Amino acid sequence: MDEMESGVVKKFMFVNRKAPYGTIYALEVLEMVLISAAFDQDVHLAFVDDGVFQLKKGQDTKALGQKNFSPTYRALDGYDIEKLYVEAESMAERGLTPADLLVPVEVLSRAEMGALMNEMDVVLTA
Amino acid sequence: MAAYTYNGKNIDADEEGYLLNINEWNEDLAGQIAKDEGVAMTSEHWEVVNFLREYYSEYQIAPAVRVLTKAIGKKMGADKGNNKYLYELFPYGPAKQACKIAGLPKPTGCV
Amino acid sequence: MLHTVNKSPFEKNALESCLSHAVEGASILLIEDGVYAALGGTSTAARMAEAAKRFKVFVLGPDLAARGMDAGRLVEGVGIVDYEGFVDLVAEHPTSQAWL
Repeated sequence: MDEMESGVVKKFMFVNRKAPYGTIYALEVLEMVLISAAFDQDVHLAFVDDGVFQLKKGQDTKALGQKNFSPTYRALDGYDIEKLYVEAESMAERGLTPADLLVPVEVLSRAEMGALMNEMDVVLTA
Repeated sequence: MAAYTYNGKNIDADEEGYLLNINEWNEDLAGQIAKDEGVAMTSEHWEVVNFLREYYSEYQIAPAVRVLTKAIGKKMGADKGNNKYLYELFPYGPAKQACKIAGLPKPTGCV
Repeated sequence: MLHTVNKSPFEKNALESCLSHAVEGASILLIEDGVYAALGGTSTAARMAEAAKRFKVFVLGPDLAARGMDAGRLVEGVGIVDYEGFVDLVAEHPTSQAWL
């Protein structure tokens, strides 16, 4: 915390590995990401494994009685969170292409994603 | 739990006065919340409140104050997208207070 | 980077995802239900043995014991640590990543 207060910018990465709605992880991470924007850190957002489902276009939760939080990913740009990475293999395994996603992202291979994770100061995976 | 009364009907709110159900909001109720807050609504106030409702409808969150200020500046110009202008309209915080009047939840990231 | 994995490889893909993202020099610590991946004679043992050649792999002893798993049946190359060893691993690595 001392380092944050003195203005040292750290590389943070939030790694999303879970699909939305089945568990609370995706929504909780999204809220953490929004809050992290207030601390002016170098925030990265990664979507791997079932996490890629969080960005699927056309989510409609009306019948579930749960909030559809997928539009909020489109607000991240306004919070200056612009580093969104999606893993190519995770998408391919699930039959998705970048055209299925609701925000523009950078597509990385699994190896590139692993290398990027390794460059971070703090990694939070959920 | 706090509540507002509108047309003889109780409208539930949290302990800080934010509506629990955004769908119960209407302009008359907004006027009533504003009065409780000591804000006399003008067209400039409505402009911000309506902007917030549009923002919420598009992104499903109430924006943090920094984000709101920037977004208003982008849409309505720099003379409105600044802290001085917005705090003059909503002295207790343009995000917190205007969100309450707009019937939105407290902005994410506000403590 | 120290990776921790706390899910059984027979139920979740946390371990597989960890192994496919970890880079050279990484350490991996299996905890809670993750310890099942440390055992020989399973369908995932070969994958673990191969991983133990590329990374330093450890398993948390108390979690193994709690589940009645025999410390003598571990995949070759997997080391056992106690809670103190867990703390040492965290201290040795500048970054940790928990695969849930």
